[in-house]
Amino acid sequence: MVAVSQPAATTGPATTGPAAASQPAATTGPAAVVRPDAGLDVCLDAAALGARGVNARLRELPAGSRVTITSPGGRHNLAVGLAAALEVTIDGPAGYYAGGLGQLATVTVNGPAGWGAGENLMSGEVRVRGDASQSAAASAHGGLVVVEGNASLRAGISLKGATLAVAGDAGAFCGFLAQAGTILIGGDAGDALGDSLYEAVIYVAGRIGSLGADARVEELSQADVTVVRDLAARAGLAHLDPENVTRVASARELYHFTSDHHAAY
Amino acid sequence: MCGIVGLQLRDGADERCLGELMAGMLGQVAERGPDSAGIALYGDASLSPPGWAAVSALAPGTPGPVLAAALRPLLAGAALAATGLAVTEVADVRVAAAPVPQQRLSAAVRAVLPEAPLLGTGPGLAVLKGVGDPVRLAESFGLAGRGGYQAAGHTRMATESAVTVAHSHPFSPAPGLCLVHNGSFANHDTIRRRLRADGMEFGTDNDSEVAAAFVAGRLAAGDDLETALHAVCATFDGFYTLLVTTPRELAVVRDAIACKPALIAEGDGWVAMASEYRALAGLPGIGRARVFEPAPQEVYLWSR
Repeated sequence: MVAVSQPAATTGPATTGPAAASQPAATTGPAAVVRPDAGLDVCLDAAALGARGVNARLRELPAGSRVTITSPGGRHNLAVGLAAALEVTIDGPAGYYAGGLGQLATVTVNGPAGWGAGENLMSGEVRVRGDASQSAAASAHGGLVVVEGNASLRAGISLKGATLAVAGDAGAFCGFLAQAGTILIGGDAGDALGDSLYEAVIYVAGRIGSLGADARVEELSQADVTVVRDLAARAGLAHLDPENVTRVASARELYHFTSDHHAAY
Repeated sequence: MCGIVGLQLRDGADERCLGELMAGMLGQVAERGPDSAGIALYGDASLSPPGWAAVSALAPGTPGPVLAAALRPLLAGAALAATGLAVTEVADVRVAAAPVPQQRLSAAVRAVLPEAPLLGTGPGLAVLKGVGDPVRLAESFGLAGRGGYQAAGHTRMATESAVTVAHSHPFSPAPGLCLVHNGSFANHDTIRRRLRADGMEFGTDNDSEVAAAFVAGRLAAGDDLETALHAVCATFDGFYTLLVTTPRELAVVRDAIACKPALIAEGDGWVAMASEYRALAGLPGIGRARVFEPAPQEVYLWSR
């Protein structure tokens, strides 16, 4: 079975929180993102407020708000831990953990992001419109993390159910120890892809540097093609041919210890 | 955790702004290394006039004029003009510079200050180090007002040896060579014993100093810097992002796992490296610069 990811927008009327409960929902565009109309338009200057100040203000905003964070300057921990359906744009380079730990929110980085973009994401979306440094989407449980440029080493490490889409190349150790979820790489994958994979599935459109321990290439089913097509459409990876990706999953040889060599220890 | 920043000005960029840019960069990695900081400055004419030998010594108890008076007779006879000796006090560091051969100045400072750690030697080089808050140290070094064409900076969070000025980075075991390190080595004691057997001297039990001495040894044996850094990868076990500088070069290398951060930016008139992007964010024209992460075990080197 292919691990089927959550839809990108989990912001339907049932999950938009108390601020939106009494508001009529409005459908905005073909992606069917349902956004309550209670939100505010807000601009937050990270240079003036600092990361804590920005995050404190974000937590006060009602669902549906649209926020632009200016002068991010590579600051860490911007827009982390969001728990409402905000639409946040970090207008420039972000530091570590951009949009991490979030639920329901959509966080877009207009620039590169540092380590752990979308780390531990629960739902919603984190989109990096540039390169992402190491460990993008690390331990993410749900939602969608999109890297429109290249991702560095260890992208999707310990993934726990979220979906990661990288338009460009992914560095070494991508999907290391990934337990559940889906990773789609539009470019090439580096060495040790999917090392010690559990049940997450990786699709690669380009070349694979090398497979990690217990990772293997499997036949692409029609169900895989459907998953890849849907995910590529949601993530905006238009250059990708869903029929021509490589499916990598766990051979499950490391699931159990064997007693063959127990005397050696 | 430690912080690294480095900057090489190129193509006739204004060298007066080096210190100001470096002070800004160092401040952004202060949280990564709050217990000590150091900086290697290449080409600051106020500390080491062009072509003069230079020695940076840790000697808080020795006033500059006292050191100068003691050095003068030792350097006399080397065609030393009356004005041909400069000793500058920079916090606890004394930077001596003179138009004499480097070995001669180094030996003279060593003779006058037999116990003082020599933080760096080499024409055009000043090495300023201290223990404490990196931002305050940079202020005490007057960093923002200093010039030059190249610099390497470090903020230290000690994990494997004592917090002293001598244990802080950069390490400069040979004239003109400086090394700063984020990470930790596993087999440095073995390598130190080997280098000691080869006659190498060490000032501390710090792991990073071993890498610096190793590179110095390889350069002395005839390697170019790139070859020497590949030899580091082949010899050292552990985690590292290294920034290594010589009077003409700035180089970066990371271990195979690359779990210590590093970013490189090539801008208009400069190349910079830093542990984190925020240290690069203030560089002029950073928005147009090519910013990338150095790949594991590849040597990135810029000459000027």
